[in-house]
Amino acid sequence: MRPNKELNFLDSAENRNRLRKYFYVSLVILLVLDLFIPKHGHFAWENAPSFYAVYGFVACVSLIFVAKLLRLLVKRKEDYYD
Amino acid sequence: MTSALPPGLIFLAGSVFVPLLKGRFKSVYLLIIPVVAGLDLLFLPEGSSWSIMFLDYPLIFCRVDRLSLAFGYVFVLISFIGLVYALHLEDDLQHMAALCYAGGALGVTFAGDLFSLYLFWEIMALASVVLVLARRTHDARLAAFRYFMWHFFGGICLLAGIILYVITRGTTEFDLIGLNDPASALIFVGFCLNAAVFPLHAWLPDAYPRATVTGAVFMSALTTKSAVYILARTFPGNDILLWAGAFMTCFPIFYAVIANDMRRVLAYSLINQVGFMVCGIGIGSPLAINGVVAHAFCHIIYKALLFMSTGAVLHMTGKIRATDLGGLYKTMPYTAACCIVGAASISAFPLFSGFVSKSLTVAAVAEAHQVVVWLMLIFASAGVFHHAGIKVPFFVFFGHDSGIRSKEPPPNMCIAMGMAAFICVFLGIYPAPLYAILPFPVDFVPYTAFHVVGMLQLLMFGALAFTILVLSGYYPPELRAVNLDTDWFVRLPGRAFISFCHQPLQTIRRSIEGWVRVLVAGFKAFPSLSATTEKGLDWVFHTLLVALPEGLLRVIRPLKTERNELAWNVMYILVTFVVLILTVLIVFP
Repeated sequence: MRPNKELNFLDSAENRNRLRKYFYVSLVILLVLDLFIPKHGHFAWENAPSFYAVYGFVACVSLIFVAKLLRLLVKRKEDYYD
Repeated sequence: MTSALPPGLIFLAGSVFVPLLKGRFKSVYLLIIPVVAGLDLLFLPEGSSWSIMFLDYPLIFCRVDRLSLAFGYVFVLISFIGLVYALHLEDDLQHMAALCYAGGALGVTFAGDLFSLYLFWEIMALASVVLVLARRTHDARLAAFRYFMWHFFGGICLLAGIILYVITRGTTEFDLIGLNDPASALIFVGFCLNAAVFPLHAWLPDAYPRATVTGAVFMSALTTKSAVYILARTFPGNDILLWAGAFMTCFPIFYAVIANDMRRVLAYSLINQVGFMVCGIGIGSPLAINGVVAHAFCHIIYKALLFMSTGAVLHMTGKIRATDLGGLYKTMPYTAACCIVGAASISAFPLFSGFVSKSLTVAAVAEAHQVVVWLMLIFASAGVFHHAGIKVPFFVFFGHDSGIRSKEPPPNMCIAMGMAAFICVFLGIYPAPLYAILPFPVDFVPYTAFHVVGMLQLLMFGALAFTILVLSGYYPPELRAVNLDTDWFVRLPGRAFISFCHQPLQTIRRSIEGWVRVLVAGFKAFPSLSATTEKGLDWVFHTLLVALPEGLLRVIRPLKTERNELAWNVMYILVTFVVLILTVLIVFP
């Protein structure tokens, strides 16, 4: 028997999908908001529409690609130094 | 004599009496020390005090200005939180080491001359070694030895630099040094090693994941940030630091993505965060230095919070690798919540402390028109969210269900995490008290619609990338593996050197023994020679000749491994240090 105060709200696929939906909605809201706010970026490109969204997405995807390449270079067995 | 004591000395003197107390008295005593030091900070007079002549040079234990005070506040604050977190420990050694460590960091912060700086610098190195050794596993002992060797090297560079500095400039007092001669270059290397500047950073992800649960909290707060303080004071506006800092923000995030040990992920993200500070020091403008101090303050709290929450998981489950963990939110929701607060803070989410501090540095970089550095910092901001913000909470508390059903950690750990989480949120919502203690007047508004939306876009679309990559199965899987770092260039030649010393000596010893055997056999052919002669020859060859390589081997062997109870030996040296300082202060007031 599990202790009854155990949380399991992420076990149901329904809850997980709901969370994911909220997440996607928040992304859309951010993109829309971006069109209406006054911009005072230091560099010209900061004021381009959704610069940060594009940069963040591209940064994280390239991060993973490079990390995978890095793993090819530096990964060794766990007992390498023993 | 002035009314207020040097705050570092309160910790150092306090550490001596820890083994004399028991039970609840000890708990109360441990917490009183940082409280007393904190009150003491409020009464410290500005300017230099506690100046004591040592040979022909003054030792200045209290150089108080806005820069040193800001770091003093946060060191005392985190010592208090760290001690609360460690209260359940029955290990006097760790309590003493933590107190000495904090005392060393405060000593460095308020040191007004290079000699006392060096003294406290080494106290920090010794005390932090004990916090790794106190884990008392074979792995930790070896890591502590390597950690000690790195800091020994840094300390030697610093000492050499200080001696040259004193010879060339005729004074031990320092403020702005500037990189312009061999003396300053050596000092610079010594400071950079402690700030984990590439390529002198490898000790950090090596030792921190192997430190004790509570020790890692102190380590994450003190060593690198005291080095940041001292670099901000002595080498502001240095171009090397600007680029080294920018590089430091970027390269560790790749390592963090592929690291399996959660505390190693945090160690790499620590280097990334210190990179922002080093970069700010490289800019050196008042806005940048404000950014450095603000970021150091917030970073110490949220990084300690992250180390505390992952440490709580390690303490309760005995596991820390991503491959072994997952789904812990079910029975550790409080720890998970604290971890998420720390993760949101380090990612600089609006309303959390990282947001109000990191934007200062980024703004200073933009103001200096460093386009490439700026782009690197923004890349690193997205990257830090990716590994420290999402990866740590996701793989530990969510992700696949590991089946582990662990309870929440002991109440003192929960309280300490709660305090740190509160500070993270409080400063994120109301940064005025933080801005009030910065060295220069602050004219900066973090919460504009543009900043908030821009930052949220950066983070949320980074999260989108994570979601897509995890769902599509492209995300690099968690693997049990070692990832090589710059310490490879030291560890392999080091090993080669040891066998270079070891092998020839072994060969010489073996060949001598072989010759002895031949000779003895030869003598056996002449029974007329008396037994005593034979014994004498035996002694000459076996004992005298073999003794030399044997003796050398005996010296070299401990280099390879370590002796038993090294922790207590190091602690003993440290306490002797403390007693000596106290004696000097009492005898020569």
